[in-house]
Amino acid sequence: MSNTVPSSSGFWKRNQQTLAPFLFLAPGMLMFLIYVLVPIFESIWISFHDWDGLGAMTWIGFGNYAELMDDDSFYTSLYNNVIWLVLYLLSIPAGLAVALFLNQTVTGIRLYKSLFFFPFVISQVVVGLMFTWFYAPDFGLFAKLTEVLFGSQIAVLADERYVTYGIIVAGLWPQTAYCMILYLTGLNNINPEQVEAARMDGAKGLKLLWYVILPQLAPATFIAMVVTVIGSLRSFDLVSIMTAGGPYGSSQVLSYFMYEQALSEYGFRMGYGASIAVVLFLIMMVFISLFIVRMLAQERNA
Amino acid sequence: MTLFKSLSAFALGAALLSSTAFAGEIILNSDHSDPAPKKAMEELIADFQKANPDITVKWNNFDHEGYKSAIRNFLTADAPDVAAWYAGNRMEPFVKAGLFEDVSDVWEANGLDEQLKSASASMTIDGKKWGVPYTYYQWGIYYRKDIFAEQGIEPPKNWAEFLAACEKLKTAGITPITIGTKALWPTGGWFDYLNLRVNGYEFHMELTSGKVPYTDPRVKAVFEKWGELVNAGYFNENHAAIDWQDAIPQMVQGKAAMYLMGNFAVATMKDGGLKEEQIGFMQFPEITAGIPMSEEAPTDTFHIPSGAKNKDDAKKFLAYLASPEAQTKMNATLGQLPVNNQAEKPADPFLSAGFEMLSNAYALAQFYDRDANAEMAKAGMEGFQEFMVKPDRLDAILERLEKVRARVHK
Repeated sequence: MSNTVPSSSGFWKRNQQTLAPFLFLAPGMLMFLIYVLVPIFESIWISFHDWDGLGAMTWIGFGNYAELMDDDSFYTSLYNNVIWLVLYLLSIPAGLAVALFLNQTVTGIRLYKSLFFFPFVISQVVVGLMFTWFYAPDFGLFAKLTEVLFGSQIAVLADERYVTYGIIVAGLWPQTAYCMILYLTGLNNINPEQVEAARMDGAKGLKLLWYVILPQLAPATFIAMVVTVIGSLRSFDLVSIMTAGGPYGSSQVLSYFMYEQALSEYGFRMGYGASIAVVLFLIMMVFISLFIVRMLAQERNA
Repeated sequence: MTLFKSLSAFALGAALLSSTAFAGEIILNSDHSDPAPKKAMEELIADFQKANPDITVKWNNFDHEGYKSAIRNFLTADAPDVAAWYAGNRMEPFVKAGLFEDVSDVWEANGLDEQLKSASASMTIDGKKWGVPYTYYQWGIYYRKDIFAEQGIEPPKNWAEFLAACEKLKTAGITPITIGTKALWPTGGWFDYLNLRVNGYEFHMELTSGKVPYTDPRVKAVFEKWGELVNAGYFNENHAAIDWQDAIPQMVQGKAAMYLMGNFAVATMKDGGLKEEQIGFMQFPEITAGIPMSEEAPTDTFHIPSGAKNKDDAKKFLAYLASPEAQTKMNATLGQLPVNNQAEKPADPFLSAGFEMLSNAYALAQFYDRDANAEMAKAGMEGFQEFMVKPDRLDAILERLEKVRARVHK
């Protein structure tokens, strides 16, 4: 009895260096396992079944995926996701422009900065509601404006041609603010000596921006890119608040389509929803792997 | 103070949800979160406890939207003794999954087959009763009486008169019919009524229960009638962008004249500033002559989950809920119609008009999204909305609906 204590403390002493990191990592790893890894595999497992969430699960193999390939709403969602992905990237140059504009020393600049940052602070739901009213026919500002300009109202959210773009504009507003903040912090870290040297060599304007400032902002651009791409693929709240996927499903994106099939009032097709989630996951994986590969390469160089 | 109150109410609710009921206590889950339904429930529970001093009711009141997903969780995990839900096919998944208790004995013991006759069919699955209905309300066309009088229009009785009335309103610069289809379900009202009037109740039920393909020529005939309204521009523009409430200001401002809606719309119209004498109610006009008039009357119900711990007292509660006295009082507060045919007739002019109409109805439909399977309903109403915006796509829409029907009703 008495010699087990020293032996165990001896084991601890001998292996403390190797064990300590794992002990510190354990809580995080456990959380990651329970809340991320297990659900991913569970989703994949469910996607091979026909299941309403209540009764028994029936194995149907790739049935859900076969149905997905034959589902018009799936292609609509996929197409809209691509539009989201491309147009959402506009928030990066827009954020940079605002950041450059705000990166000066004028009295009250802090106030202006916080005003520009405001849209990111308010919830997406509020942004969605505000833009819904903005676009609303009869009383919305935008509808009134189109009435003055074109003689007839354009109800953006009721028209399958414009609805996705209308929602993306609403999404760009807070996303631009987010990119702006990333760039503002980046601009703070710019090496003034390099700028000085460039100026002495006669560089100015766009040339200075392109060859001297932007390379130094590369880390900020990278983060902005990651956040924006993932944000565009996750675009759910705005779609849900502004149109609920309508009119007749034309503004659906994959994440909303999944929610609607698996969890909404008319859905509860868990298997089908899971198969959509898996597809979305695979698309995200492409981007995430690209980012991770790049990040690893950078770390190796450093 | 209010924050504290709501916090403590929340904590209490959470505690109740997990507590096990002891004898003489029933746990009741429902979604009566709006002011009037909440008051009606409070009164009902108080009266029930007065009549049954040995039973206490613990009531968990849920938010209306959240309830729809919450019920799936609590029915399987920690079932209450009584739960609110809806009649028709909406309760079918729970019945089929064995989550609702057969309450045919409550119906027999209290003579409910006779008293709740009008809702009997919609509470029956496999020849058994699965719950007790306590309220319903009528659907119909609410119109601006004063505008009709100004334009010299009599409430139309048949399709030709209805089209003539629409044309007259349109020429006078008034949108004949207002609607807001953003939430999809208002389109279901139009489809249901057109189908009930063109093809009749039996066909409508066959279609909503998935026995008839959507490509059937009889379904097409319904859309032909609907198309007459859509193509002539009798509906308001941009309806896909607005909710049902947002369609009402059009009517209040005199820009639109008619609205096919449930009776709950009257309260919103009055809130908007319309006086009672400005609002008229009429039955949906006849289309195919000779088809008996059926109506829409969505019914709200209470059920006993099969996992309930105190089924005896829960049955007492259902029996009380079914009684004419309880239904009279409850519906007076709700502003809706009692299902029990021995309950007192409501005093409100719209309700008494509805009561009259429903008691003479040939049969009652529940509403498209309750009669049809949930997945089918979603796809269907999306199709209806698309048709109302792009009527020329009808064939593609019907083919898509048929694809969904074939999958859902294998």
